[in-house]
Formats: sequence, C-alpha cells, structure tokens
Amino acid sequence: MKALVSVKRVVDYNVRIQVKSDGSGVVTDGVKFSVNPFDEIAMEEAVRLKEKGKVTEIIAVTIGGAKCEETLRTALAFGADRAVHVKEESEVQPLTAAQALAAVFKKEEAQLFLLGKQAIDDDANQTGQMVAALLDLPQATFASKVELEAGKATVTREVDAGLETLEIDLPAVITADLRLNEPRYLKLPDIMKAKKKPIAAFSLTDLGVTPGAGLKASKTAAPPKRSKGVVVKTVDELIAALKGKGLI
Amino acid sequence: MSVERDVMEYDVLVVGGGPAGLSAACRIKQKAAEAGKEISVCLVEKGSEVGAHILSGAVFEPRALNELFPNWKELGAPLNTPVKRDEVWFFTSQEQGIKTPGAFVPHTMHNEGNYIISLGNLCRWLAQQAESLGVEIYPGFAAQEILIDEKNIVRGVQIGDMGVDHNGKHKEGFYTPGIELRAKYTLFAEGCRGHLGKRLLKHYKLDEKSDAQHYGIGLKELWTIDPAKHEPGLVIHGTGWPLNSANPGGFFLYHLENHQVYVGLIVDLAYSNPYLSPFDEFQRLKHHPVLKKYLEGGKRVSYGARAITKGGYNCLPKMVFPGGALIGCDLGTLNFSKIKGSHTAMKSGMLAADAAAAALLAGGEGGDELAAYPESFKASWLYDELYRDRNFGPAMHKFGVFGGAAFNYIDQNFFRGKSPITLHDNTPDYATLKPAAQSKKIEYPKPDGVISFDKLSSVFVSSTNHEEDQPVHLKLADPSIPIGKNLPLYDEPAQRYCPAGVYEVIAAVDGGKKFQINAQNCVHCKTCDIKDPAQNITWVAPEGSGGPNYSNM
Repeated sequence: MKALVSVKRVVDYNVRIQVKSDGSGVVTDGVKFSVNPFDEIAMEEAVRLKEKGKVTEIIAVTIGGAKCEETLRTALAFGADRAVHVKEESEVQPLTAAQALAAVFKKEEAQLFLLGKQAIDDDANQTGQMVAALLDLPQATFASKVELEAGKATVTREVDAGLETLEIDLPAVITADLRLNEPRYLKLPDIMKAKKKPIAAFSLTDLGVTPGAGLKASKTAAPPKRSKGVVVKTVDELIAALKGKGLI
Repeated sequence: MSVERDVMEYDVLVVGGGPAGLSAACRIKQKAAEAGKEISVCLVEKGSEVGAHILSGAVFEPRALNELFPNWKELGAPLNTPVKRDEVWFFTSQEQGIKTPGAFVPHTMHNEGNYIISLGNLCRWLAQQAESLGVEIYPGFAAQEILIDEKNIVRGVQIGDMGVDHNGKHKEGFYTPGIELRAKYTLFAEGCRGHLGKRLLKHYKLDEKSDAQHYGIGLKELWTIDPAKHEPGLVIHGTGWPLNSANPGGFFLYHLENHQVYVGLIVDLAYSNPYLSPFDEFQRLKHHPVLKKYLEGGKRVSYGARAITKGGYNCLPKMVFPGGALIGCDLGTLNFSKIKGSHTAMKSGMLAADAAAAALLAGGEGGDELAAYPESFKASWLYDELYRDRNFGPAMHKFGVFGGAAFNYIDQNFFRGKSPITLHDNTPDYATLKPAAQSKKIEYPKPDGVISFDKLSSVFVSSTNHEEDQPVHLKLADPSIPIGKNLPLYDEPAQRYCPAGVYEVIAAVDGGKKFQINAQNCVHCKTCDIKDPAQNITWVAPEGSGGPNYSNM
C-alpha cells in the first residue's frame, strides 16, 4: 500500500514570531524554518506503518518555493522513499493546497493520505478535510492512534468527550494529532542517504490547479500585551478588587 | 558499556559552522575543483541550523571574503549596510559622555569600507555557497569526543548520543548513538573556548609557549527603532561608564537595515569585582542618553551572549597537531583592537584549508601535522595584522582604560603597531577576582521592561531550547566547590557572570544553600568555563540542536 504524506515548511516552533511593522504579515527573513511538527508526526506514523509491513511505499509531498526542498529532504531522512515537490513561489491558500495534494494523490494512486491536523503557521486546519472532500474519501481527523487492517483503518480520535474510535474504508485521509506518536531522532547516515533520494517536481499548472485567492489577509497584529498583575494580601482584598472591576 | 557506532569517512571534517569553518570548507572545495580532483568535506554544527548559534556585533571587514568569493556581490552575500560614519564615545557618568574627535581615534577604530552585517546571515549564505560547492553540512549534530588513535593522531570526532535521559540512561525507543566521523584532517572551528579545542590545547600542549588566553563576554540585542531616528551605516563605539579600569569593557550601537540597530556591551572577563554582572551592566548602559535616544520608542527583538577570545597574537597557541588544526576563535585569531574577528577567522580557515587541500592533492594520506598552515599564516596579512595589534589588550590590562588608550593611540597611530615594545599579560581571567569581602557590592537598578529587561525575558527572546530530559551539560568536577568555596570567597560569581540565569544559589531543604544549574537556559556562551575562579565548571555540548535559535543576529 502506498502512503502519501504531505509536509509543510513553517517557521520553527522555537522562533519567537515577530509581526512586520506594517501589519502585512510576520517576519520570515533570516528566520529558521522547519517541518510543521504535526506533519512530522504524520511522517513518523507512516514510517512506523511501513516498519510493521502495512505500508509498502511512502511518498512525501510539499508545495512551495525552492527552499522547500529542505523540508522534503527531512521527510526523506525520516524514511520516505521518494518525494514530490509542487513548485509555487507565491503564498498557497488551503483550498489550492488541497486541490494540488488531491491531484498528487490521484496521480500516485495512493491508498492512504497522512498529514498533520494543521500547520503551526496559519493554524487553518482545513487542508486534510478539503482533500477528503475533493477526492470524496472517508476522513479521520485528529488521530491519536491508527491501525490498518485489510482495506480498513481503525482510528482513535481525541474529542471533547474523550476518545472516539472510527473505522473507515481505505483509501482515506487521516490527520495526525499531537499524541499520535513522538517522532524519532534523525540519524546522520539517514540524512546523508536522503540527499540521494529522488524528488519529482511539478507546477500547479502541471496538476491542473489554478491558484485561488478566496481568502484575503487584511491585517496581522501581535496579541495585546498582558497588563501587569496586582498582588493582593488578603482574600477580602481580592474580593473587593474583583467587585471593583464588576467581575463578581 | 560498548555501543555499536556507524562510521562515515571523509577527506576533511570541519567541526563548527561559523565563518572559519565554512570558509575552510568552501576553500578546500574550490582548490579541489581547480585541480579537477575530488576532496570530500563534511561539516557538523551543533546548532539547529547554520547561524542559530552565531552571535557577533558585527562590523565586518570584507578582506577575507573578497579573497574567498571575489564575486560575493553577484552571489548575493548579505552585506547590505556600508558603514557611513563612526562615533567614538567615553562615558564619564550615567548622564554624561565625551565624543572623541576623529583625529584622536586609533586608526584601527575607523570603519570606512566595512559593513554592518548579521554574521548569522552571512554564515547562512556561506553555508549555501559551501553546499553548492559540494560540502556536506549537518546542522543539529554536536561533536562530543575527539577520536585520537594509538599513535596519538586525531582521526575525527564522535557525535553526541541522542535520546539519553537526565540520569544518563538510554530512553526506550529514542536512544540514537552518535556516529563516528573520521577524516584525514579535522579542522576545529568551534569558536571561542570550544570544548574540544580546549581538550586539544591540553592534550597536545599547544599553548605551552603562549601567554594565558584572554576573553571577554559580549552581550547583544537587536532592536527595531523609530524610523525617524534611524541612520543606516552609523557605527557608535565607546567605553567608560558603567565600567571602569578595574572592570573594563566597551559598548557598541550599529544602525543596520530595516530600521534596526544592534546594541551591545563587551565586558573584559579579567574583571576583578565578583559582584559585577555583565548582564546588568549592559541593561543599565542602555539608559545612557547617548544610547537611549535611539532605543526610546523602539522594541527589542532579540537577545544573545557569547564569549570572545581576545588575547590576540601573544596568546596564539600552536595551530596544528597530528591529523588536524585549530582555526578561527577556537585558535584565537580575533583582532581585539579592531573588535573584529570574522575576517581573521575566515582567513585562518582559508589558510588551513589551503594546507589541507595541498597535502591531499599531493596524494597525502593525512594524519600528519599541516606545517604549511602556520608557515603560510606567518606570511599572511593576518599575521601582520595580529602582530601590529598585539599590545592593545595587555596595555588595557596594565595601564587601565585611560593609560591603555593613550598607549594604544601612540602604538597604533605613530608606530602602526611596529614599536619595539611587546607587553605581556599572563594572569588568566579566572584568577583576577578579588574576594567578595574586599569588593564593593553593586546595586543594579531594576529593569523597566522598556529599555532594560530581566534575564529570563531576555533568554526567552534568544529562542533558546534544549531537550529537557538529558544529562546536564555543565559538568562540575567537584560539586562541593560552588557552595563550599566559591560562595564564601566570591559570593559564587556564576550567579552573575552567566548571562542566561543558568546558575542559582537557592535555599536547600536542610536550611543550607544549594547550587542549582538550569542547563536548559544555556545560550552556549562558555563564560562559566572561562571565569569560574576554581576552574571547576566544564561546558560540554548538549544534545544536538539544543541552545539558542538566533535570527538575524
């Protein structure tokens, strides 16, 4: 069974995000980028499924500019067998991404599409669901456990009420939540080998996708600064302060 | 416990992705290409990416870059802000300062033709050039041990293990043994006080004949300021308040592109008052009107700190040993009179690379001493530059800021560094502290959260991160010394010289005192390894990728 895993290049989770002074977005120049952590979890899951013999081939896919090759090399070092680079230098919106990924999924005739539940840059949480809709496939989002058996996937999801277990037919789309697994350390020899693995390149046009612009970002702003707290000495003082603010 | 380790072999291995290491790697590939032969080069870097651990002023002199990539402009090197104007100040108090007239500035402090850059971004660019020349670069992997064979030859390094818990036990399913990287020649480019470089100096007695090395600690912040106050290309240097002759140092403020400035302070680690806190000196310095006028209304973007090897010519150890060489600040090539070490680091890397490439292209098997490297060094402008400026640091230590400045003015402007006098300063920096009982306690003003900040919020903007469950990478040879000796004698100075709040003396459960090490805060500056009066702290590399994630620094 072929598994397709999409990986997105995002600003590294350790980097403190700076909003551009004109509010047009966040600062990305000179900033460290890495693989979206949720996609890394999806990639790790695919590798584990391959190690268990459930998956035979892993294809990593990304959409973006030339620098996204690094992202694909990381996925290849994790254990993807080959990669697909959908080249697009301008910003890609979730629907466009979903259309492109759906096209790659069809082209590759994969049975399983694994990806992170959301990317930590825009937190859109849309791509997986849109891919499933475009391909008319079953979907299981926010997965914390995945098991594959003859043509079916059993997926445990973390929902408000606790754990929900779904059984879905393959092919299907599964999005990874934080607790699905903890990705392994990359080994230096695997990173070396990844440099030689093949990457196929396509443009959006090659895939028959016209970039959409359904969303328009009107403003980016930093969260308002938290005002300084007040130390109160007694419970009475606390109650009085809360009353004073009209909170109780 | 013996562990199976993978082995990878290369012709040349470079430890550290800073200006020295990257320049060396590029140069070897250039030489191999000129000769139409293949030389394999691998470079490992402990930071999560190249540039993540790079911290420097930086006013950059492009001399070495001109030699390495004469077409650097077309290649898009990030040298965006030429220096337009120099100001040199002496702060007489927290309110007052005297601007030095241009004619009295030592010629080494003139910066025409230089650029204000982010050294981190220059390294990121150099890494791209190196990769396109065929260098294999592996960030996120820390060299942990030197491989020395039975013939006393350096054969490479072992990468640190990953997935080891705080007790040193292997974490189930995560333990990843570090591989051995072997090479015919290994170039150590770890920067100031490299933890392997330090061992090499000792093992091969490389510093036997040189003066004791001297260091400083540099603290730096990146600010976005009011565009109306921004003057791209303005370089401000100065000394004086809040430091003094017994506790010397100097500050800088550079206007780069995008309405941003770098502001920083370098404190000489030969300071004597154990109550001194370089971090707090820096924070209060920013309130001086000459600096505050630029920062007011602006916003701090980032913070970092790093030790500087500044002993210069007199402190240069032997550069080579069987199977490798020291380059850059791991060797000690910074020119302190210019407060610049990037061009000299690059040049030393290029000279070592030339020697290694020549030996390999001549069919050498490696493992020998690269004698051609110290020879070509002696004939280079790098030697000339360091020799001329050899008296700068010792003069400051011997004669204080005023006397030293006068000496240096004469030495630099009349003799151009060729005077017959050589000053020596052989007291190591860890031995300069006066006992706390004889020192004046310093009351630092509370940070206002606008111009000045506390340590923890500063570490936060350095984007420092370490895997939490791993062995402490700051090793105490004798755990009883901090509380038993350093505390009564020096009020344990680690609490103050550490710019990241790693060391704390806290109340113990038994009512006594306890020395706590918050290793996850460490910004890898190495000051503790240098300044601890008992030389009891050894900095070793934590799990790869750990440490700061500096952007545009």
